[in-house]
Amino acid sequence: MDRLLNAMTIACGAVILLVLVSVRRAHIRVEYSVSWLLAAAALVVLSRADGVLQSLARYLGFLYPPLMLLLIVGCVFVIMFYRFSIIISKLRDDNIALAQRMAILEYHLQALKDQNLRP
Amino acid sequence: MPTPSQSPLLVIVPAFNEEAAVGDVVRSIHQSVSGVSVLVIDDCSADGTVAAARAAGAEVLCLPHHLGLGGCVQAGYKLAFELGYQYVIRVDGDGQHDPADIPRLYEVLRTSGCEMVIGSRFVEQNGSRTSPVRSLGIRFFRMVLRPILGKAVRDPTSGFVGVNRTALALFSRSFPLEYPEIEALVVLQRKAFQFQEVPCKMRPRAAGRSSITTLRSISYIVHVLLGVFVNVLRYDRRLRTGARGKTKG
Repeated sequence: MDRLLNAMTIACGAVILLVLVSVRRAHIRVEYSVSWLLAAAALVVLSRADGVLQSLARYLGFLYPPLMLLLIVGCVFVIMFYRFSIIISKLRDDNIALAQRMAILEYHLQALKDQNLRP
Repeated sequence: MPTPSQSPLLVIVPAFNEEAAVGDVVRSIHQSVSGVSVLVIDDCSADGTVAAARAAGAEVLCLPHHLGLGGCVQAGYKLAFELGYQYVIRVDGDGQHDPADIPRLYEVLRTSGCEMVIGSRFVEQNGSRTSPVRSLGIRFFRMVLRPILGKAVRDPTSGFVGVNRTALALFSRSFPLEYPEIEALVVLQRKAFQFQEVPCKMRPRAAGRSSITTLRSISYIVHVLLGVFVNVLRYDRRLRTGARGKTKG
């Protein structure tokens, strides 16, 4: 159990580090890093605070507390993927609308240019 | 491009890498309907589609990056709506649709009061051939759409469609982006709009390859089914009675 919890702590620490580096290099925007950092920090706390993990597992009816931690990790990923699917879908819609608007404006601009060139 | 005051009809031709066929398509349209405006919407082709279309006498709307068929067609609808056109007929850039059928579609569009007309290869036996896989897909979607639309649609995958200004206003705001033909019918039904099928002849592609391969057919079916399902969920129940009563056959 200790080994699993240690591995969890290291993995979550690595995620925090990776996200912070990505934010610093502007690969991830700050607003999208918050959910990763909060989720990873919460998992670090749970994997280190044995008492909290035990009581939470007992309360939820888990006989083996690290299993609950893995379930939480799974849930966190599902929620994150869902959230990012919404964000990506909105970005795609905005992107299509922008591309269409740009093409239409370019068309109007060209029509105006052609009109001005006519004698 | 002629203005809507000169001709209320605009023919749009979505094209992606159709250099070999688009020029003939544009010329055939001009031969079939004199004085009509033709707008080719280039979906960021890598070949000489734009030059071929311009050389044939079409106006070209160039998209800055590849949007796919739905985004490409909707861009044309948006421009047509802004320019004030009353009717828009879509003809594919691969030469499968015979522009000689445009006057018939236009006539029905103007006189029937329907918001949309579909050029259908199955209303009459006219020798149009489809592959067995596509034929199976069309039968499947006929079955799926029948209870949703409240009437039979014989050629739900036809891209040879005409819309009036009411449908144009709707499609400018909201149009299915991936595989638009079937979903567009459900969008129309949601708004209690009417559509009618007009017999047309479809030809084999003049050049190039279809974007729908066998593997993509499965993806197509899943996508379209999901799109139809989502559109049914959005259905405005207040319109249900009116919609069933209004559709023409």
